[in-house]
Amino acid sequence: METPTEDQVSERQRVVELLAQYARRVYTSFLRGVVQIVLAFTVNLPLFILAVLSLVFIPLGVGVVLTPVVFQAIRTIANQQRVWAAEWSGVQIAVPYRPEPPGGLGPFARLRWLLADPASWRDLLWTFVSIPVALVLGILAGGLAVYGLEGVLVAPWFALFGTFGWGPFWMLDDYGLLGLVGPIVLGAGMVAASVPLGPVFLKALALFGRSLLAPTRGALTERVQRLTETRSETVDASAAELRRIERDLHDGAQARLVALSMNIGLAEEMMKHDPETARQLLAEARAASGTALTELRDLVRGIHPPVLAERGLDGAVRALALTLPLPVDVHVDLPGRPDAPVESAAYFAVAEMLANVVKHSGARRAWLQIEHSDGRLLMIIGDDGTGGADPARGSGMRGIERRLAAFDGTMAVTSPPGGPTVVTMELPCALSSPKISPSSETG
Amino acid sequence: MRVVIAEDLALLRDGLIRLLGAFGFEVVEAVDNGPSLLRALTTHRPDVAVVDVRLPPTFTDEGLKAALEARREIPGLPLLVLSQHVEQLYARELLSDSRGGIGYLLKDRVSDVKVFVEAVRRVADGGTALDPDVVAQLLTRHAREEPLQRLTPREREVLGLMAEGRSNAAIAGKLFVTEKAISKHTNSIFGKLGLPQSEDDNRRVLAVLAYLGA
Repeated sequence: METPTEDQVSERQRVVELLAQYARRVYTSFLRGVVQIVLAFTVNLPLFILAVLSLVFIPLGVGVVLTPVVFQAIRTIANQQRVWAAEWSGVQIAVPYRPEPPGGLGPFARLRWLLADPASWRDLLWTFVSIPVALVLGILAGGLAVYGLEGVLVAPWFALFGTFGWGPFWMLDDYGLLGLVGPIVLGAGMVAASVPLGPVFLKALALFGRSLLAPTRGALTERVQRLTETRSETVDASAAELRRIERDLHDGAQARLVALSMNIGLAEEMMKHDPETARQLLAEARAASGTALTELRDLVRGIHPPVLAERGLDGAVRALALTLPLPVDVHVDLPGRPDAPVESAAYFAVAEMLANVVKHSGARRAWLQIEHSDGRLLMIIGDDGTGGADPARGSGMRGIERRLAAFDGTMAVTSPPGGPTVVTMELPCALSSPKISPSSETG
Repeated sequence: MRVVIAEDLALLRDGLIRLLGAFGFEVVEAVDNGPSLLRALTTHRPDVAVVDVRLPPTFTDEGLKAALEARREIPGLPLLVLSQHVEQLYARELLSDSRGGIGYLLKDRVSDVKVFVEAVRRVADGGTALDPDVVAQLLTRHAREEPLQRLTPREREVLGLMAEGRSNAAIAGKLFVTEKAISKHTNSIFGKLGLPQSEDDNRRVLAVLAYLGA
């Protein structure tokens, strides 16, 4: 049984901990409120003015260069607000921007891409409207506790000397007992109220942010439609792929194994009275097993190349380049590995492109560059061939586009007649740490 | 002859032990993962190691990596690497120290027992045993180039067998001609490719592989 003293001690501890927790919560709300107000005036306001100016200066040329920079900066702070809304208030705000078209964009193309995106204009509206909203809600979130503390700690002293007003006591001429006790009681109430209310005001700010920074319904509809299309294409493609694998196994390796076991069975029978025929049958069986193995190997290569599992994209494209009849300069700079499905899609896209180079381009050299930046895997393949490649015509290129689209990837081809051809492919993806993911296959 | 075997599938591991045992090899240890392989190779220092490329724990090229690391510690340690698939990339890595004593074969080749055992012996003696698939890829890759075009079909065949690591005697046996005839072919090949002649079988193979860029 516990003694009363122990009980009291633990009770006191609990109260202290609770108060400390409240204090931390109040302090956090205060800091966040201050951050929002400061950002509104030192970042949002200048950015809004800059954005308006650079838009005005587009006809003069300066704006063409300046506008994308300013809008990109606005996207950066808007993204920060999206992160904070989720972290501070649990308000999820999806990023609404249209994907950047692949390939290096010229200044005009960049400008067009940014200005054609409705999200850019909503961002701009937000930078302006957020200034008064952040001011009011930031003061409410952060200032309630501060003013309350002033009421408790400072205002009574002024009341004693009769020269200062606080809260509802501004109007009073006589700062008597009421002026002394009133601020303490009300101030304490405000501090207490700020514990639950601080986060509420911050959440209100986050919800305001969502009203302008989240994708609109139209954008979502567009996205859903695109996903539906790519998904059905992917499902069709993988179903066709499975049918092909089934047919290959059924007509190839499976049939050969049947013939093989038949031959071995026959050889077993013959062993006694016709050892020579038996030997011949066994030799045939061995040859058939070799063919079956070769077919299985080719099939496996088409499903998931073993070297991709063993060495990742880097090793796999290098291994592939070594088997091609023309020299390929390979530059791969990847600090880690993408997820297996993305890695596989990337590999097959590169393989198909290189096969195109070999088959159609008449090139003497080719080069391949793979890198990862800004959350995208970038693959560029170039050759010194005759050019004139048209993604609309080749079914191979359509296949690659479909493969990439399943992962929101894109492809751009520049191939003037006479060459050179450069194909740029992009896949949004994250990289894992350089650790190699285990697989259960054996080699 | 002392052998270390690394293969994770029990069925294949037992098969290899039985097969090599039947041909008079002494299997000093058979392991089933990368770290044990490295330990076994550095402690036993066998006359030859027969290694599967893909091994636990990662099921990537763990076996190849462990074997190459052991070979860095014990220069010239004879390695015969087996795999379900052959890659020029791996062949290149295996041959990179140009010391010989390297074999790289598809697992399928085990089924031709005599040829396989001959390959193990050759590697143990410091020779080379390269899979016909790898050699075929090398030759296709260079097929468009001028010097190879000047070879006769027979010479190209001989070049391929040479690149696999076979001696003149073995090539003669395979093509059913005399060793002298092969010798004439090889001299002609070396002349056309502009490679220095060499009596030493092994050095000759390495020169051919270097020429083919393996």
